[in-house]
Amino acid sequence: MTRKRRRLFAVLLGLGMLAVATTLVLLALSSNDSLAFFISPSELKTEKGPDGRRLRLGGLVQQSSVVRSADGKTVRFRVTDGNNAVAVTYTGLLPDLFREGQGVVVEGKLGADGALDADTVLAKHDEKYMPREVVDALKKSGHWQEGAAGGPAQETAR
Amino acid sequence: MSLHRFANPARFMRLSAALLPWCSAAAAALIAIGLYLALFVAPPDYQQGEAVRIMFVHVPSAWMASFVYALIAVASAVALIWRHPLADIAAQGAAPLGAGFTLLCLVTGSLWGERMWGTWWVWDARLTSVLVLFFLYLGYLALVNAFDDPGRGARAGAILALVGIVNLPIIKFSVDWWHTLHQPASVFRLGGPTIAAAMLWPLLVMAVGFMLFFFALLMIRMRTTLMAAKIRALRLAEIDRLAAARRPAAAS
Repeated sequence: MTRKRRRLFAVLLGLGMLAVATTLVLLALSSNDSLAFFISPSELKTEKGPDGRRLRLGGLVQQSSVVRSADGKTVRFRVTDGNNAVAVTYTGLLPDLFREGQGVVVEGKLGADGALDADTVLAKHDEKYMPREVVDALKKSGHWQEGAAGGPAQETAR
Repeated sequence: MSLHRFANPARFMRLSAALLPWCSAAAAALIAIGLYLALFVAPPDYQQGEAVRIMFVHVPSAWMASFVYALIAVASAVALIWRHPLADIAAQGAAPLGAGFTLLCLVTGSLWGERMWGTWWVWDARLTSVLVLFFLYLGYLALVNAFDDPGRGARAGAILALVGIVNLPIIKFSVDWWHTLHQPASVFRLGGPTIAAAMLWPLLVMAVGFMLFFFALLMIRMRTTLMAAKIRALRLAEIDRLAAARRPAAAS
């Protein structure tokens, strides 16, 4: 029995130390956001860094900001988190989900004018799954809140 | 020890023989019903359209990937501390199944991501931590089989399984702690599911079906291991008996 108890304590102690170590490592990594896949326009504004650096920017496509060029290949739009917005230029195929008000992650080079020259545009979808009719009914009754991914950001983006 | 009652291999053989047909039949029925509901009854999503149907395989396999790992970790702890004869067998039986669910989750997620996000793969925190889970499964399987002495392999594997458990909360909360391309949780979240009931029901039917499917396969694998051990013991006894019978004849 004492042997079993000793092994039990060894395993519990090991797991406890592992939990502490993991928490510390994650806190250290999170403090400079190096585990984040993208940064928001507001974070970009406060962040110091050279022009021309590559970065991934995430947010909502600002309402009525999408402008397509005459040849239809290049598209300009603004990515917003509600407080700040960044202009983005992109040439290429857009994902099906790309539209105004939709969450996106764009990757590219930051120009001197503060605009992003993107070579990748990824669509983000939110955690809501609903049939079309339910959404229409919610919109009709005025209970629909657009852009859950951005939450209140969407209200100011309108 | 009350736990010893269930860790008795003979008792397990009897119990699993009784449970296995029911478990298999229920798994087959639920997965068939779940697939029908998912593919024909559930409505298309307002944003994703028909592509949302990948969710009915992707999400249950993701849940199983984490659940099976948690089960392996618990079995490993029981094996290390109490040396129950069935705990190592359960952990080693579950590992390839968990790896399979994780692979299914990664593949369906990749297909879904290509349709919806516009990419097969990104190195965001959720996707990367699930890939780490897959490698943990593979590492566990490799380590368990890397020793000549199966007992040492089992112990090394059990320690790895316990260390790897830190990955489970990281997988679960990665979408809340960091900016990820993967969306946050839709079902197990504070404030209730954000998924319409017409889609939630087929998902839950599939999830229970996957769970029963896993337990049916686990029982088959554990029974096979126990029967193989028994055959080995019988063969060894037979060899001993033959050797004992020949000895007087050789002496004369």
